[in-house]
Amino acid sequence: MAKIEFVHVTKQYPGTTRAAVDDVSLTVAEGTLCMLLGTSGSGKTTLLRMINRLIDPSAGQILIDGKPTTEQDPIALRRSIGYVIQQIGLFPHLTIAENVRVVPNILGQPKDATAARVDALLNLVGLDPAEYRNRFPRQLSGGQQQRVGLARALAADPDLLLMDEPFGALDAITRERMQDELRRIQRDVHKTIVFVTHDVQEALKLGDQIAVMSDGQLVQAGPPAELLLHPADDFVARLLGADNPLSLYEHVSVATLLEPLAGATGGPIDAATPVLQALLTLVQTSAAALAVSRDGTVVGQVSLDGIQRRLRAAPGQKTPPLPINA
Amino acid sequence: MNTISAIQQFIQNPYNDYGGHMQTFLIICLLAIVWSVVIAVPLGVLAAQNRRIAFLATNISGLGRAIPTIAFFGFATTTALGIGIKPAVIALIVLGIPPILLNTIAGLQGIDPAVTDAARGMGMTPVQALLRVQLPLVVPVVAAGVRTSAVQIVATAPLAAIIGAGGLGDYILGGIGLVSLIGPAEVLVGVIPVIALALLTEYGLAALQRALTPVALRQSAQRAPVGAASAQNGKGVMAA
Ligand SMILES: Nc1ncnc2c1ncn2[C@@H]1O[C@H](COP(=O)(O)OP(=O)(O)O)[C@@H](O)[C@H]1O
Ligand SMILES: [Mg+2]
Repeated sequence: MAKIEFVHVTKQYPGTTRAAVDDVSLTVAEGTLCMLLGTSGSGKTTLLRMINRLIDPSAGQILIDGKPTTEQDPIALRRSIGYVIQQIGLFPHLTIAENVRVVPNILGQPKDATAARVDALLNLVGLDPAEYRNRFPRQLSGGQQQRVGLARALAADPDLLLMDEPFGALDAITRERMQDELRRIQRDVHKTIVFVTHDVQEALKLGDQIAVMSDGQLVQAGPPAELLLHPADDFVARLLGADNPLSLYEHVSVATLLEPLAGATGGPIDAATPVLQALLTLVQTSAAALAVSRDGTVVGQVSLDGIQRRLRAAPGQKTPPLPINA
Repeated sequence: MNTISAIQQFIQNPYNDYGGHMQTFLIICLLAIVWSVVIAVPLGVLAAQNRRIAFLATNISGLGRAIPTIAFFGFATTTALGIGIKPAVIALIVLGIPPILLNTIAGLQGIDPAVTDAARGMGMTPVQALLRVQLPLVVPVVAAGVRTSAVQIVATAPLAAIIGAGGLGDYILGGIGLVSLIGPAEVLVGVIPVIALALLTEYGLAALQRALTPVALRQSAQRAPVGAASAQNGKGVMAA
């Protein structure tokens, strides 16, 4: 349970002339993953830290499950929210296990009750507990420390997780694995996650919703496919690479290109399958069309012809041709 | 002969009350050291909360260290305290506070901001953050300050005799004028234990400092220069 609503939230730091976060209204539905995407300095961290009251807004309010955060004790609020900070910030004098246990510990949970959970979390983030639980942070690489930071944020099993560029220090392979893990965790336990990133591919891959920030303002928010298909302005289009069919069809599902069923020889594939993957299957299997199903029921088809027609429809155009059921 | 047997005789002569002088000396040192720690550490913790106060405290401490202790001894007698053990201990506390205060402030300010931010973000109260995170991290630095301060106190305490506090300083100050007449024995019975105590303090507190340092920070627990950035900053605390 954790739905977040930003209602006209503004933050202006003392002594600055411009608001770091400027009149942002945004809703993050319960159990979804919202990516805050924007360039450095666009106000992502500030917006994130207002959720657990590390920063208080200058104007507007934030509601969690309908309740204004200002009506809650900030200490209790923070304990109930997992937070992965951008600079990692592990406690250097504590072992990895002690670092992970910090929140259960201050919540008064007994040590032996949390020991098994610590091991499970270390496994989850890909660190062998036997090898790492008694090490100190300085004996780990930056990427490993970042994974411990994620385990620490998950330790008290919070409904709401705030992640500030959590995979920034990871190599490409580990980052991909962690992204997959996060997606799996989120699908299994339905945490509400607000995830800050400046990496467009990461945002497209992970987000149920992407909120694009620029100069403190929320430019556009919506599901990745919607942003790719209907970017609010040039900035969003350029940022997401919406004019690149490859990027577009990697993240847009076949549901947007659905045709009435007519002699599909392949499939069925799920309606959520990216167009690019369907295209690959079409080419590999030499099928003319693939049946598309949703929840086990066939709802139509995608064909090589149809995709071709769509791609040819408006050559050289900046925004892509709009499919029928966007 | 005879210096050695003269020393023996001097110590054994009940009229000289060697045990009593030794006890007074130890009490003066111990009181001054304990009170310096008790005052300076909390003061440092408070001062470190605010950049301006920290700056002020650092500079006043620096200034205090420039004033000779003998002046404090002299000044203390002009107050209501008069002469005796009390003004001596207070003057020694004034001497003992700055190294501990400076190291506590510098240590706390040298902690990686990401670490204190994480403590806050996890939902620690300010007191929890202080006790569980900040203080353990600055123990090596604070302990180095205590060591500096304690050695200074032990080395300076004999001077307390000039304001009537008693202790081993009585022998040293009293004996200096008599060296040419009756030999160095009286000076030596004062000086030797003072040197021994100073060394014992230095090495004993160094061992204590090592023992108090969290295992994870042991490698970097060297003696921090007073007022310099914290010892653990570069190594124990990870850069972002
Ligand atoms: N404590 C602060 N005091 C003053 N300005 C700040 C502070 N923190 C951030 N800012 C400014 O607010 C803007 C947004 O910062 P931030 O939220 O950290 O952006 P992002 O996370 O998107 O990089 C930046 O211009 C930054 O310089
Ligand atoms: Mg940031």
